[in-house]
Amino acid sequence: MRKYFLSFCCIVCLSLFASAQHDGHNHDGHDHSGHDHSQHQHGDHSGHNHSHDGHDHSGHDHSNHDHGAHAGHAHAADQGHGHHGTKNGCGVETHHEFKPGEAAFHHISDQNIYSIGPFSLPLPCFLYAPEKGWDVFSSGKFYADSHGTGEKAYNKYVLFEGSVRRVQDASFPDGAVELGHHAVFGKKLKDAKGKDKEFAFVCYNGQQYQCDSKSTADAGMFGGGITSFYDFSMTKNVVSMILVFLFLAWVFLSMAKSYKARRGMAPKGITNFMEPIFIFIQDEVAKPFLGHKWMTYLPFLQCIFFFILGLNLFGQVPFLGGSNVTGNLAFTAVLAIAAFLVTNLSGNAHYWGHTLWMPGVPAILKILVITPVEILGLFIKPITLMLRLFANITAGHMVIAIFVGLIFVFGQSGANPGAAYGTAVGSTILTLFMMAIELLVAFIQAFVFTILTASYIGAAVEEAHH
Amino acid sequence: MTGNIAAIGAALAVIGAGIGIGNIGAKAMEAIARQPEAVGDIRSNMILMAALIEGAALIAIILAFFG
Repeated sequence: MRKYFLSFCCIVCLSLFASAQHDGHNHDGHDHSGHDHSQHQHGDHSGHNHSHDGHDHSGHDHSNHDHGAHAGHAHAADQGHGHHGTKNGCGVETHHEFKPGEAAFHHISDQNIYSIGPFSLPLPCFLYAPEKGWDVFSSGKFYADSHGTGEKAYNKYVLFEGSVRRVQDASFPDGAVELGHHAVFGKKLKDAKGKDKEFAFVCYNGQQYQCDSKSTADAGMFGGGITSFYDFSMTKNVVSMILVFLFLAWVFLSMAKSYKARRGMAPKGITNFMEPIFIFIQDEVAKPFLGHKWMTYLPFLQCIFFFILGLNLFGQVPFLGGSNVTGNLAFTAVLAIAAFLVTNLSGNAHYWGHTLWMPGVPAILKILVITPVEILGLFIKPITLMLRLFANITAGHMVIAIFVGLIFVFGQSGANPGAAYGTAVGSTILTLFMMAIELLVAFIQAFVFTILTASYIGAAVEEAHH
Repeated sequence: MTGNIAAIGAALAVIGAGIGIGNIGAKAMEAIARQPEAVGDIRSNMILMAALIEGAALIAIILAFFG
């Protein structure tokens, strides 16, 4: 039991660390050169094509700005075509058409707040900017609205759709800054490759400041760009992981206690429920794949199985924030790295011999084909482990989010309530059906991850047949 | 609705995986019908093989969208 507990703790710590840095695939591009001066503009009282806009622009002092009225033209042309949107202090339309794909991505991504329904629970932020040092504060300081966008800035950090961004520009003030409604917004711009990408902007005092991309764990190698800050915050995923960890620790410690107290008697209660699952992994996974060494690796396999299963199921509890931990690439990468290390560190001479210098094959073939392919295979195995879990869980969450999004698509964002009610009935049924499938997938993916890890370890520790 | 060529690549990958997993399912059903007592072994091997095929398809999908 203690061995089990130790390896469990190990994985949890690693995953907490990796996941705190957000997943590596942000969609922000890598332009973080501060704000773009050509886009400064007044509020929209020049009225080019928003004559019907009835909102006030009291948030800024127009007399300070003498950019010509023409500065706003070009921009107004591409932003001012909405007809029921609200405009922020910079005259930028912040209410866009509902796009189910984007909304689904927003809902499955990791966030610096934990939102349950209309409530946003603040989480601690641990942020590090090389030129400024550490900032530790609660994300409640951002005063997030219902979309997870902050209405205040703190020490140049702002909250955009639930994630912390930083304004690099020196003219942006430190400390707590009141921004107002919809002051942090996304804007589609061309990135360096000429693709349309959404960049986060902050409107402050009638000026637009471009925010840095999300901080990433990969130092921008996968297109995230190098940002001016590092985010080690305790995000929603980390909180979910800690909750699941505490729950599993409680379940297994109480099971251990009940085995001691009821020695020789039949298990009962939670023990009775968990024992068949535990025995299933032991008999169907560990013993057939690992031969007589199954005892050594059983704690690791059980740990992986129950941790993945717990997180899969926790992510499916409705109205509990829908945390998507196992659908986060950073988290699955840590699990895959753990599997990779266990496999290769326990590999015996037989395994390495067959990997690097396959016996019974001509030397030229070994050098040209077999050894390179085998070495690639060493890395492809954990990569597929990582992708499989990530893709299955993410796909399930996205399908559910898109089914719900259909209500807003057919209801035309409230313009057609009849269609919205009709679709709501249909998409509720479809969502329930998907959730039933997802329940199955939660078990299957936890099982598949475990059985594949077991088969990789089994191949590495197998003795030569003579 | 605009799409891009990556969607076609992903779709082709899914077709391949569909054929593969379909074959596994069909053969596993056949095997269970022939030898009902081996259902446990057949089932876990079936899931294992399906997972391996799925892995190849997932790599193709990820490459199609992120490559």
